[in-house]
Amino acid sequence: MNARYLPYVLITPVALFLCVFFLYPFFLVARQAFGDGGSGFSLDNFRDIFGYWKFNTTLTNTLLLAAAVVPVQLAMALLMATMVSRMGKGRDLVLYIWTIPLGISDLAAGIIWLAIFEQSGFLNSMMVGIGALDRPANLLTYQNAGLVFLAIALAEIWRATAIMLVILVAGIGLIPKEYYEAADVFGASKWKQFWRITLPLLRPSLQTALILRVIMAFEVFAVVAALGGTLFPVLMGETYAYQFDLLNSGAAAAMALVILGISIAATLIILHALRVPKGATI
Amino acid sequence: MSQVDQVSPNARKAGRYLYIATVVFLCAWVLVPLYFLFVNALSSAEAVNSFPKSALPEFDLGSLSFFAKFYGILDALKNSLIVATMTMVMSIAIGAPAGYALSRFEFRGKATFRLLILMTRAFPLPLLALPLAIMFIRTGLDDTALGLAFVHTTLAIPFAVLITFSLFSGIPLELEEAAWTLGCTRLTAFTKVVLPLILPGITASAIFAFVISWNEVFAAAVLTIENRTLTAFLLQNLDTAAIHLKFAGGFILVLPALIFIFAVRKYLFAMWGIANR
Amino acid sequence: MAEIQIKNVEKWFGSYQALKSIDLTISDQEFMVLLGASGCGKTTLLRIIAGLETASQGEVWINDRRIDHLAPKDRGIAMVFQNYAVFPHLTVFENIGFGLRMQRRPNHEVKARVERNAELMHIEQLLGRYSGELSGGQRQRVAVARALAMEPDVILMDEPLSNLDALLRLEMRAELKGVLAESKTTAIYVTHDQVEAMSLADRISVMHQGRIIQAADPLSVYRNPAERFVGSFIGNPPMNFLPATAEGAGKWRVAGQSYAGPKTEHTALDFAIRPEDLHPSATGLTAGVKVVEPLGAHVLVTCAIDGQMFRAVLDSDTEVTPGETITLQPNADRIRWFDPQSQVLVR
Repeated sequence: MNARYLPYVLITPVALFLCVFFLYPFFLVARQAFGDGGSGFSLDNFRDIFGYWKFNTTLTNTLLLAAAVVPVQLAMALLMATMVSRMGKGRDLVLYIWTIPLGISDLAAGIIWLAIFEQSGFLNSMMVGIGALDRPANLLTYQNAGLVFLAIALAEIWRATAIMLVILVAGIGLIPKEYYEAADVFGASKWKQFWRITLPLLRPSLQTALILRVIMAFEVFAVVAALGGTLFPVLMGETYAYQFDLLNSGAAAAMALVILGISIAATLIILHALRVPKGATI
Repeated sequence: MSQVDQVSPNARKAGRYLYIATVVFLCAWVLVPLYFLFVNALSSAEAVNSFPKSALPEFDLGSLSFFAKFYGILDALKNSLIVATMTMVMSIAIGAPAGYALSRFEFRGKATFRLLILMTRAFPLPLLALPLAIMFIRTGLDDTALGLAFVHTTLAIPFAVLITFSLFSGIPLELEEAAWTLGCTRLTAFTKVVLPLILPGITASAIFAFVISWNEVFAAAVLTIENRTLTAFLLQNLDTAAIHLKFAGGFILVLPALIFIFAVRKYLFAMWGIANR
Repeated sequence: MAEIQIKNVEKWFGSYQALKSIDLTISDQEFMVLLGASGCGKTTLLRIIAGLETASQGEVWINDRRIDHLAPKDRGIAMVFQNYAVFPHLTVFENIGFGLRMQRRPNHEVKARVERNAELMHIEQLLGRYSGELSGGQRQRVAVARALAMEPDVILMDEPLSNLDALLRLEMRAELKGVLAESKTTAIYVTHDQVEAMSLADRISVMHQGRIIQAADPLSVYRNPAERFVGSFIGNPPMNFLPATAEGAGKWRVAGQSYAGPKTEHTALDFAIRPEDLHPSATGLTAGVKVVEPLGAHVLVTCAIDGQMFRAVLDSDTEVTPGETITLQPNADRIRWFDPQSQVLVR
C-alpha cells in the first residue's frame, strides 16, 4: 500500500463519521434555528425564546451556576493535583478515589445528592439527630431557592471536579522535576514555586480543563432535573422542554445555538486569557 | 541548607497534619455520598422511605428486587448494555486507525483534522440529538440501539482518537521498521508488534467509551421512546417513580463505573498528558 | 554474491535536499562505512537502501535486481537499529527467530539458527529473557543476532554502538568486526565516530552536506583526503591548515618558510599537515606554545603559527613549556595542499 495515501485511508472513517453525525446535524440545527419552518430565513425562533418570560432566569441561572461552581472546582482541583504530586505511598489509592466521580453519570450524581437533601434524606436525619431541627424540613422547595442552588452546586462540584483533576495531574506530571530542584537551590519557598513554576507551566492544561469544564457547565441537565426540577430552570433543561413538552423544535434549535454561542465565547475568552507565549512551553 | 527557608519542626509537623487531614477530608467528600447511595440501595423500600435515616445499610435486597421487577427496567438495562457495547466497538474501530495516522504520519490536512476532533470535544454534543432525531425518523433509525450508539460514538470518538494517538506515539516507529526488515508487511508488523504492546491501552479506551455511553442522559432521553436505556428510563420517571426505585437505579448506574474507572485509571492520565502538548 | 549499486540517488524533504546525486558501488562482502557528522545524509542513504525511505530520484541495485521500489522485506537485507528495536513483548529467542518465523521456516531450523547466532553474540544464556531485563549492551547483541540469523545478502547498521558507554563500545567494535568478517556478508555501517570508521571499514565513504566527498580505504582517506573537509574531520586531533602563497614554480611560502609543492596555476593554496607529522627541529615553522597536554602516550602541544592555531603531537619525552617558542618541521612526504576555493586536494 502506497504510504502516501495510507494516512488518508485511515482517517476517512472518522472524518466521514463526524461529517454525517456531527457536521451535518450541526448544520441542520443552525438551519432550523434560523428558519421559519419553510425555506426562508427568520429570526422568529430567537425572538420567541428571548421573549419568553423564563428566558432571563434560565440564562442567569446557567451562568450563575457556572460562575459559582467552576472557580471552586478549579481551586479544589489545583489543590488536589498539587497534593497528589507530593504523595508517596497511597498515591494510587487516593487518586483512584478522587477520580471515581469521572465514571458517574450526571443523573446518578443528581440522585445521590437527592438522597442527602430530600425530605427524608440524610441531611435532615443528621440535623435532627444532632438536635438542630425538631422535624425534617422540606429543603428542596420553592421557598428555599438558595438551598436548591446550593444543593445543585454541591452536586456539580462533587461530580465534575475529577475531570479537571485528571487534566491538571497529567499537566503537572509533564513539568520536569529539575525546575523545582533549581528553584530549591535558589531558595524559593514551596508557595513561591507553586505560583512561579507550577501555575505558569500548567497554562495549557488549565486552558483545556477550564474550557471543557465551562462548556460542560453550560450543558448541565440531569443534576438539575434530579434536584431542582422546575425550580431551577437552566438552558439545557429548557431546550429539552421546548422539544418534548412544547413540541417547538424551532425554539429548541435556537436554544441550542444560544448554548453553543456562549460556549464559543467562553472558549475564546479562556484561550485568550490563558494564552501561552510562543516558545514558552516545556 | 540555606538560611532562606528554615521552618521550625513544629510548624512542619502542623503542616503535615493539615495535609493529611485535608487528604482524608477530600476522600471522605467523594466517598460519603456514594456510601449514602449504597445504604439506600441495599435497604428495603420501607427503610428508604423512613425517617430518620440510619447510617447503616440493612443489607436488605428489597429495593433492588423491586427495581428488578419494575416493569421495563430490565429491558432498559439490557438496552443500555447493548448501546454501550456498540459504542465501544464502533469508537475503537473508527477511532484507532485515526489515532495511528495522527501519530505516525505528517500529511496535508492534519491540522484541520485535529481541529475537527478538538471541535467535537468543545461542542455540546447532546444537542445534536435534536436534529438527529429527525434524521433517524427518516432513515428508520429512531428509537433503535444503533441510532443512539451512533450518537454516543460521536461523543466517544474524540477520546478514542486521543487515547489511541498517545498509545501509538508511545511505541517507537523503529519497532515497526525493524519488523518490516524482518519480513513483515505494514499490516503484519502492526498485528504482531504494535497491537500486543497497546492492547491494555486499547482495552482501557474501549472501556472509557463504554462508560461514556452508559452514563449519557440527554441524547438517550431524546432518541429512545420504547427502547429506553437505563438513564433515559430513570430520567423520565424522576417525578413519578418511587424513591427507592431511583436509588436502586442510581446504584446500578454507578457500580459498573466504579469498576471501570479502576481498570482504566492509568490511561486517563496518559491521554491528557500527551493531549496537552 | 551481494554487490550494491547506488546510481544517482537524490532525496528531498520538502525544499531541503538531504542527498545530492549519490553514486556508489559496494563490492560483495565489503564492509562499507558511511561516515559523517549529523545531518550529512548518511542515515538517509542507509534508510533508502533499506527501503524505509524512498529516494526522490535514482536507482538502487543489489546484484542484478533493481530494488528501490521493493518493500524492505523483499530486498534481502537485515538491519540493526540505533536503539536496537528489540521487541519488548517477545523473549530473546523469539526476537532472534522473528524474521525466520515470518519466512515460515520449520521449527528445528529456527531453533538451530537462533541458537547458533546467539552463541556467536555470546548471549545463549539469555534466550528466555525479555528485553526489559537486559542491559543496553545485551540488547544490542540481540539486535545483531536477529539480523545475522536472517543470513541476509546485505546487513545494514545505523550507529549501533553510539548508545553504549566507551569501554563497551571498544569491546563490541572488535566483536562486530570479527563476527561480520566470518559471516561473509556485505555490510553498510553508519557512524559519526571516525575511530569506529577507521577501525571497521574496508572502505569509508566520507559524507558532508548530502554528498559523498571521498570513498576509499581508511588509510587513503587518512593520508590523502580528497577535500579539506575530510582532512579536518578525520584524525584526532584533525589536520592543521595554513595559507600558502606561490613563490615560483612548485615553491610555496608558508608562514615565512619555503616548501616544495604542486606546480599549478594557483596563486594561493592551503597548506595542510597532520599533528603527528611534525617534529621539533632547528629549522622550520616558528610556533608559540600556548597549551601543553601530556597525554601519556604522547604530548599534545597547541601553539600559534603566524597567528593561526596549530596542533602538534610530539614524542612523550619532549620537553616543552607554555610560552616557549619552538620550531616545528613537517615531514615532507606528508604535506598536503588544497585549493582554497574548491577545497579539493591539489597534487
